[in-house]
Amino acid sequence: MRGIVGNRVVRRVASTLGTLFGVAVLVFVMLRAIPGNQITAGLGTEAAGLAPAQLQALERYYGLDQPLITQFFSWLGNLFTGNLGYSARNQQSVLELTLHSLPVTAELAVLSIVLALVIGVPLGTLSASRAGSPRDALGQLVSLAGLSIPSFLLATTLLSVFAASFGFNPNGRGFATLAEDPLLNLQQMVLPALVLGFGIAAPILRTTRAAVLEVRSEDFVRTARAKGVPERRLQVRHVLGNALVPIVTMTGLQFGYLLGGAVVVEQIFSVPGIGRQVLLGIQQKEYAVVQSTVLVIALAFVLVNLLTDAIYRLVDPRVGAS
Amino acid sequence: MPRGWFSVIGVTSVLVIALAGCSSSGSGTGPSAGRTLVVGVTSDPDTLFPWKATQFTAVNVLQNLYGTLTEFDKDLNVVPGLAESWKASDGGRTLTLKLRQGVTFSDGSGFDSDDVKWSLDQIMNPDTAAVARASLSSVKSVTAPDKSTVVLELTGPDAALPANLATINMAMLSTGDTEAKLSTRPNGTGPFTLRSRAASQSITLARNDKWWGADKPKAGALEFRVIPDESSIVAAMQSGNVQLTVLNDPLVARTAQVPGVTVAKTPQLNYHVLQLNARHGDLKDVNVRLAIQCAIDRKQVLDTAALGEGEVVGPITSPAFKSDPARRPCPARDLSKAAEYLGKAGKSGGVTLKTIVSQGEYATSVNEAQNLKAQLAEAKINLDLEVLESGAYVDRWNAADFDAAVALNGGRPDPDGSYGRYFTSQGNFNKVAGYSSPELDKLFADGKATTGQAARKAIYDQVSARLEDDAVWIWLFSGYTYTATTAEVRGFVPMANGSLQYLRATSVG
Repeated sequence: MRGIVGNRVVRRVASTLGTLFGVAVLVFVMLRAIPGNQITAGLGTEAAGLAPAQLQALERYYGLDQPLITQFFSWLGNLFTGNLGYSARNQQSVLELTLHSLPVTAELAVLSIVLALVIGVPLGTLSASRAGSPRDALGQLVSLAGLSIPSFLLATTLLSVFAASFGFNPNGRGFATLAEDPLLNLQQMVLPALVLGFGIAAPILRTTRAAVLEVRSEDFVRTARAKGVPERRLQVRHVLGNALVPIVTMTGLQFGYLLGGAVVVEQIFSVPGIGRQVLLGIQQKEYAVVQSTVLVIALAFVLVNLLTDAIYRLVDPRVGAS
Repeated sequence: MPRGWFSVIGVTSVLVIALAGCSSSGSGTGPSAGRTLVVGVTSDPDTLFPWKATQFTAVNVLQNLYGTLTEFDKDLNVVPGLAESWKASDGGRTLTLKLRQGVTFSDGSGFDSDDVKWSLDQIMNPDTAAVARASLSSVKSVTAPDKSTVVLELTGPDAALPANLATINMAMLSTGDTEAKLSTRPNGTGPFTLRSRAASQSITLARNDKWWGADKPKAGALEFRVIPDESSIVAAMQSGNVQLTVLNDPLVARTAQVPGVTVAKTPQLNYHVLQLNARHGDLKDVNVRLAIQCAIDRKQVLDTAALGEGEVVGPITSPAFKSDPARRPCPARDLSKAAEYLGKAGKSGGVTLKTIVSQGEYATSVNEAQNLKAQLAEAKINLDLEVLESGAYVDRWNAADFDAAVALNGGRPDPDGSYGRYFTSQGNFNKVAGYSSPELDKLFADGKATTGQAARKAIYDQVSARLEDDAVWIWLFSGYTYTATTAEVRGFVPMANGSLQYLRATSVG
């Protein structure tokens, strides 16, 4: 038995490493396929006026004179020593940048997911409690709005309305981390989390509705009701409890995406998260920044998947048994 | 639905509202808010090394940290900077600069002629990869006979040199300072010094009380706060968190016109143009180029793409040398003349031009391209538009891989600085310009060798006429930049070259 578990762990670790290596190769190749490099990204059309000797000096400076294979393995080798690369634009190591941006994105992701669950699960349950009724229509309407209103539109509207009408715009004050100023930080996170949470609430609501409807038709629910289990307890413990697996799956997926950074929302609300870090890296063609950050995001996604698997076992013991 | 869920939603809503209620609309700079000027910018500087800075934020941050030998005043006249005076001699082959005394770098070291010689030598050294190297092409050698004098030996007279020395890419550095060092610890002679920087968030400068200027900087500090979206900057101004910003998008500028915020329009030296590559295909024939010129109503492009915010211009946009847009072969659209020119070229059936357009580089590019395409189609000239991401556009532009390019080019106060690099056969941008002629070479050389303003204006009028008569490019219009300030901001002077150098004269509160 121990051998089987050990094999499973080894297979999981190997497949994770394989996935990460694949991501590394893919990002490296894709970045080089994009026209331009760090020189033209920095100087723009002014680069056309450089003399050949100047161009060579810049290529040496940015390490672009090295063969691609050398560039790839030099970067990959450095990763194993904890060196994720260096951002000349920020004058900081990618590790330092990521240690600042990842917690910001993680905080935003957690808040967004909490808001999405707070909106999506109750409304989904409410919708499913009487399919086809006005309350179901309300749920469907919220879900449709969440899916169809683009986040940039909702974000810009909320920002402009709150700033113009109430003078409320904590995001214009310069970002504060949770450790620096918890109150200001939470104020700055409210609107971005609301925008993201609203968008994610929609699939969670739909998943919840479908799962609850399915469980409600199961025999054990009818039996429990016949045995006189109070309705509230029946709905929460028996129905919702048994509908949790797909909800957890959907939540895990959405959380993974959020850890990749919500670029548009981060841009509009000036949140210095990991999405902006990648975007700026791409704009400036800072290869090491993009490659290493994407790898960190991929790793976070894999870890969230593992966490989701673990939560399955908690909410449904049958998963562990199988 | 269980009642417990309603409780959760209720508690969360109360929390959100409570947090919102705790907000303050202040600038977040504490009791000294009146002395810190917060400038909203869409990106943080991509470099803090002045010799390589071309990005808007980088140039404007560095202008407040570093000094140059000469400067521009608000009307773009060249005035003394770190050089108190300069004098040409030996038939213009020698330029002697007298330096200001008592100037110090922010690390406390003194500024003298050794720093000037070292800086200019480094800028001319190809290994430094300084972007202004070509502007010193007339400089043979730099000597420092004493601590307050610098002598430039030139290959010939260069009337444009004093203006070329005024850009931040010619900043004077302390001898031996390196890019690596200055990228984290700038060491300039400017009106401010670096106080702090948070990557991608803000960069804050403190007033340099030892600055040499007669009027010391008014603001105690300048904070360039990064708010990536122009609309979000406007929202930050409405809530009082940002006091000054420069907007480029005319649409956003309109939304900024709200009570408490003043928006000033400044005509720019930058010009919108349909660049033609006269070394490619059908465009080798001047008649095809003239047909294009006659088939375009420039005002229509301006009205359609930029809400009419700007003015139709000729090649030279600098106020002192400005071209008259009415003096071109077809000042108004004339389709019959366009057909006539096409006929002369033997292309009555029409021509097709591979035209590159940048998506996202500036707000109006795609709209301009679409309007130009529609207008030219009526003259049987087909613009085959390739709308490219800005990196791809820059690559194609730099390689001159296009028949035509819809572009927004930077203008400079001196016309030699603007066009000498494009339209002289030895110019470092001549490959992209796609055109040169012995006549233009001579006119540009004359322009550099002539010192009187009126005489130079006459020469550059001829340059302008040649460029228009040969329809080298199709100059369209110049737009505005919009400086938005809140009511508490005093003393800021916007400039046509987009410079924020007068932040040093700006007070807040």
